[in-house]
Amino acid sequence: MKAFLLSPISATLAALITLTGAVRADELRVSAAASLADVLKEVNAAFAKESGTKVRLNLGASSLLARQIGEGAPVDVFFSADEAKMDGLEKKGLIDAATRKPKLSNTLVVVVPSDSTLTFSTLTDLTLPGVRKIATGDPKSVPVGVYAREHLEKLGLWAAVQPKIVSMENVRAALAAVESGNAEAGIVYKTDATASPKVKIALEVPAADGPRIVYPVARVTGAAHPGSAAAYLMFLDSSAAHQSFVKFGFVVLPEPADKTRNP
Amino acid sequence: MTTDDLKTLWFSAWAAGLATFVILPPALALAWLLARREWPGKSLVETLTALPLVLPPVATGLILLKLLGRRGPFGDWLAAQGIEIVFTWKAVVIALAVMSFPLLVRSLRTAIGEVPRRLEQVAMTLGARPLRVFWSITLPLARRGVVAGCILAFARAIGEFGATMILAGYIPGETGTLSLEIYQAIQMGEDTRAMELIGAAALLAFAALWVSELLGKNRPAA
Repeated sequence: MKAFLLSPISATLAALITLTGAVRADELRVSAAASLADVLKEVNAAFAKESGTKVRLNLGASSLLARQIGEGAPVDVFFSADEAKMDGLEKKGLIDAATRKPKLSNTLVVVVPSDSTLTFSTLTDLTLPGVRKIATGDPKSVPVGVYAREHLEKLGLWAAVQPKIVSMENVRAALAAVESGNAEAGIVYKTDATASPKVKIALEVPAADGPRIVYPVARVTGAAHPGSAAAYLMFLDSSAAHQSFVKFGFVVLPEPADKTRNP
Repeated sequence: MTTDDLKTLWFSAWAAGLATFVILPPALALAWLLARREWPGKSLVETLTALPLVLPPVATGLILLKLLGRRGPFGDWLAAQGIEIVFTWKAVVIALAVMSFPLLVRSLRTAIGEVPRRLEQVAMTLGARPLRVFWSITLPLARRGVVAGCILAFARAIGEFGATMILAGYIPGETGTLSLEIYQAIQMGEDTRAMELIGAAALLAFAALWVSELLGKNRPAA
């Protein structure tokens, strides 16, 4: 009976002893929006091959990642799907503003189930009676829904479209609603639409008239691996990285002409 | 299932198992105090212990992150010792341990409460000290309930998502538990992979709960 009781105690001690493990130096910690998962796996593998630095990729909603950085989680580079989250961290001095760059862009598309007969020539067609439900992110809080609302407001269509909007918790859930046929149409990012075989793109909002969707990247203040972080940010500008981004449907934003951003 | 998915399954089982082991001694002590002793503040401690059971897991995760993050009171001290918790496997184990603790305490409390007090009193009259009574009378008689409680805590840990996501992040191959991998697979539209992982999680939890049920039924009569 003593042995039965001692084993959990010794296991506890063993666990506590291993807690004192040291942090490895040859790695880089990147927190990135979940929608960047696939493309960054490819980019990070290429970076590891070139530099010998292993990237530990932490994935989640940009709002959660910003929260974690705010609480002092160990992160070297933050790749957000949302400028507002980056702005919040910059205001608190938690990211190095000089390293911040608008890196990628995305476009909004209208998707329909792949077997749907609905066609769209303009966004005005969303108001037609054949479209009963439109799935997108929550227009108040989820970035894709906010972008969709702002753009439809600009076109004067929001009042007519709003009653049909089904607010989802994230872009993936909106896509799933269309995939399953529960919504006749959805407004999602092009990258998500491209990745799903069960929907087709009925209409793409041209980048020039559409909302400015930006994925900014920056080094986190007090990064444990500042050298690797700088090398990584530089690698994101390489043609190899650009090819991966384009392959996954992203638009790579050109370098800003000067470092001062427009307000 | 791919090798990576099998690794995920193993990691989840390992982390849940370790979490259960780590909380067993304190849970036993607390369960005994709750079942066998009257003391001031008992109901307050009881309520506090149950809190992670009823709070949204993300809230528990946020509290843990605030405590253990580099800007938190403990995280600061830990960082000075060169110990990093957040975003490592240790964070996974801590999140699972905290979330399973109330469930384990409740099961153990019931198990200990079902041991006839008379037998303990007999041992006492024969000169056994309280600790000896606990080791040789209470615990052996409560062992089925103890094992069943451990399995329940283990199963709860396998299903944990919210607190893990916040404290440990989702770092594939490092903090990726079954629950986190399932969420990510759904996010990325990899439905087939999600269903495979869900099947694995269901099998594991089913087996654990079934064993727990069996042990619960055969408890010695009081």
